[in-house]
Amino acid sequence: MEQFEKVYLYKRIVQAKLFIDNNFACNIDLDNIADQACFSKFHFIRLFKTIYGKSPHNYLVWVRIDRAKKFLADGISVLDVCQRVGFDSPTSFTATFKKMAGQTPSAYRRQAAVKKGAIFANPLTAVPNCFAETHGWIK
Amino acid sequence: MCIYVLNQDSAYDFYVNKLGFAVHTDAPMGEGARWLTVTPPEQPELEITLFLVAEGGMFDNETVATMSSLIKKGTFGAAVFTCNDLMATYQELKTKGVVFKKPPTKEFYGYEALFVDDSGNWFSLSQPV
Repeated sequence: MEQFEKVYLYKRIVQAKLFIDNNFACNIDLDNIADQACFSKFHFIRLFKTIYGKSPHNYLVWVRIDRAKKFLADGISVLDVCQRVGFDSPTSFTATFKKMAGQTPSAYRRQAAVKKGAIFANPLTAVPNCFAETHGWIK
Repeated sequence: MCIYVLNQDSAYDFYVNKLGFAVHTDAPMGEGARWLTVTPPEQPELEITLFLVAEGGMFDNETVATMSSLIKKGTFGAAVFTCNDLMATYQELKTKGVVFKKPPTKEFYGYEALFVDDSGNWFSLSQPV
């Protein structure tokens, strides 16, 4: 496996990916990440895309929307989520979210609340009977 | 799919924060019991139950002690996961503190590494050829 001989390259790309994972809410300058990883911008983008199937920019947007889904599911307001995941304006957040998640952040938040409410009201609906019996949750 | 774990808080941290799985259901079942299921990031239809080995129902004291001891010893290989890029995934998980029993290695069926969860269950992580 040719890639096993290039562990040092992997380490640098993985560090860049983890940097995005941990700092998605900040104004990340992808040129800086490439510099810190000691790559030219072009080489960095090419390697990143080869490994993760997305450009660093597209990956950053994906992480922001993924985290936004979690925050919305926790019941945080759309405006707060927009700020927490690093979008400058609610309009661009809503448009990007809708494009990637297929529905608006408000609709996603409402749907998640309904699902969560139903499970909390009757947790056994989420548990297969065999497990519920094993645990003694149903007679 | 069901994975027996020794502590659900710690399992949550391992599977969600380290492996990057999504929480499917996390519901309190009363009397301290909890129904916790997660899904792999690229296979949301595969619901994995993180089932606590604890006394109650069909689990008596002796069963709990035996199972806990076997899990801790690393007796159970719970599953095979695949990824698109084994070396990248290995490097990332190692950075996050995941313990590997075997680094990425070439096998006749592809490339494989073995990692252990916070309870002691081990898993194959492979990249098909």
